[in-house]
Amino acid sequence: MRLDELPLRRRAMISAIDWDGIGPAEAKRLREFGFDEGVAVENLHTGPIGGDPIACRVGRMTIALRRRVALAISVVEATA
Amino acid sequence: MNQAPLVALVGNPNAGKSALFNALTGARQKVGNYPGVTVERKSGRFSLDDGRPVELVDLPGTYSLDPASPDEAVTRDVVTGHQTGERPPAAIVVVVDAGNLDNHLRFALQLIGLGLPTVVALNMIDMAERDGLTVDAEALARELGVPVVPTVAVRRRGIEDLRVALGGIIGATPPAPRGDTPPADLVALQRRARAIAAVTTTKPEVHRSLEEKIDRVLLHPVAGLAILLALLFVMFQAVFAWSEAPIGWIEDGFGALQVAVADTLAPGILRSLIVDGLIAGVGSVVVFLPQILILFLFILLLEASGYMVRAAFLMDKLMAGVGLSGRAFIPLLSSFACAIPGIMATRTIDDPKDRLTTILIAPLMTCSARLPVYAVIIGAFIPARDVGYGIGLQGLVLFGLYLTGIVGAMLAAFLLRRTVTRGAAGTFMMELPRYQWPDPRDILIGLVQRAWLFLRRAGTLILTASMLLWLLLTFPQAPEGQSQVEYSAAGRVASVIEPVVRPIGFNHEIALAIIPAMAAREVAVAALGTVYSIESDDEAVLEQSVTERLSGRWPLPTALAFLMWFVFAPQCLSTIAVIRRETNSWRWPLFALGYLFVLAYVAAGITYWSAMALGWA
Repeated sequence: MRLDELPLRRRAMISAIDWDGIGPAEAKRLREFGFDEGVAVENLHTGPIGGDPIACRVGRMTIALRRRVALAISVVEATA
Repeated sequence: MNQAPLVALVGNPNAGKSALFNALTGARQKVGNYPGVTVERKSGRFSLDDGRPVELVDLPGTYSLDPASPDEAVTRDVVTGHQTGERPPAAIVVVVDAGNLDNHLRFALQLIGLGLPTVVALNMIDMAERDGLTVDAEALARELGVPVVPTVAVRRRGIEDLRVALGGIIGATPPAPRGDTPPADLVALQRRARAIAAVTTTKPEVHRSLEEKIDRVLLHPVAGLAILLALLFVMFQAVFAWSEAPIGWIEDGFGALQVAVADTLAPGILRSLIVDGLIAGVGSVVVFLPQILILFLFILLLEASGYMVRAAFLMDKLMAGVGLSGRAFIPLLSSFACAIPGIMATRTIDDPKDRLTTILIAPLMTCSARLPVYAVIIGAFIPARDVGYGIGLQGLVLFGLYLTGIVGAMLAAFLLRRTVTRGAAGTFMMELPRYQWPDPRDILIGLVQRAWLFLRRAGTLILTASMLLWLLLTFPQAPEGQSQVEYSAAGRVASVIEPVVRPIGFNHEIALAIIPAMAAREVAVAALGTVYSIESDDEAVLEQSVTERLSGRWPLPTALAFLMWFVFAPQCLSTIAVIRRETNSWRWPLFALGYLFVLAYVAAGITYWSAMALGWA
């Protein structure tokens, strides 16, 4: 599933990132925020209009990003 | 010539770098600019434990040495010794958040790889402990090969140790670079950082952090928005309510000064220059210091607590509707205090088109310089009547003016994004920092810097404009029986402009006031004050405020058109100069000047004609 489809407060792991599907500047920022395959991720909050943007936890940081970018991030839910 | 060794303070955003800078240097700070670029250079001095003086420079926070913005480019160029106008640093202090080593060590590794003498400040160690993390500073020092000092900058803990550690590496031969040079590519660096973080940090079971609990309320789709609106309401309310008393003191002070000078000097040119030109001009501007400081107090508190990014998060989708991003919210909010820091704050916007659009609409936010104009005109022409529910008509008009500016800015952004700044939609990607109690000392340092900038402006630009205006109004001297204002040089210039602004309801005095107001909007008030004070040679006029002098002199449609003019008109040379500096060309400041004047003329015209048609004259 993609990050934008991950329900709130469910732990997941990034399985793949479509680096070419987003702009180079966005890709660079994602990397700087620590987005990488195999990293734990969890959606925490969504914006007031249309659930956009999304605030998710990556490592020990909370990052706000738009749904359009979250589309490029594939995740697998952690088995409880 | 400054020969003290230079120490560069570097780190990720949200690592507590500025607090550490304040803790090390105290109030001994200097704010300047790097030559050729618009990035602020903040530096300060302090002594090492052995008494050697060093100069500390606070570099813009960045996530890597691969710059995405002009700010980040300066950080890279300073630490690599390539920045013009800056000597190469003798040492660097890398600030990392002890609770976020996973991410912050990546940049630290990159910096250590430069081979300069380096100390790592393991900052916010208290917050990490609050989360139940245990960080082994000694193990970290072994892994990184440089000294590591635990600090809590906002509580001034570990600052002495940091001085000692710096003393140990400055001037000493740097250790030979370790065999394993850090990998250059971001992903590999990140993996190495994560590995080091894993061996130096003991993590408890992941639990819901305090941030998450607070954010469930503050970022709630309904409650979060309501809280943001309430905060903004309280902020603007406070700007007026809290400032009343200090404004009264400043007014009384300048009034007493005018009377005292008028009593000591014989009537004549010199007395007129000092009383009507100098004291009246500067006084009418300094009066707004309390309001500016209250607004900045709120903005500094919102920034330091970590709330500002949450506000950007809440506003992002709305801003996206007009082609901007939530990031633009922060500079636009600052522009309510003054467009200059607002425009400078746009540097954090990565997308160049987003940034340019934000710069172009920032002057439409009602800055504090418009307040004097609004306050005087509303006081003189809008009756202090209650419109029901305890809402005053004057306050309502003021609110309407603020709203007009915001709506105008959004419409302008919408149109600009589809024409001159057309391009791919930008994005919104930001780190939500941890909440923390702002340190009163850091806030105070910020406020003092703002107050100083404002007073310096009042003492130079506005003082000069006031004196110049007085000169132009006083010479040539009118012969007996003729109006001095009409006869003066300024009066003649105004007569040339008058036909242009006559259709939108402006009279001769307004035409006269809007010329010097180009220097700064507040001067319009001083100008009107001076015009009506020179015109009537009555002693009693001195004691009157500008509001009292104006009261009833203009028809209502003219007063309303004048207000509307000030919502849109780019009456501030400093703003134009900043746009020139920030966009590095004359094209955009001239464009802003043009489009804002056209908007101002049309909006004032529509207001005047509508008010006339409604029979409000």
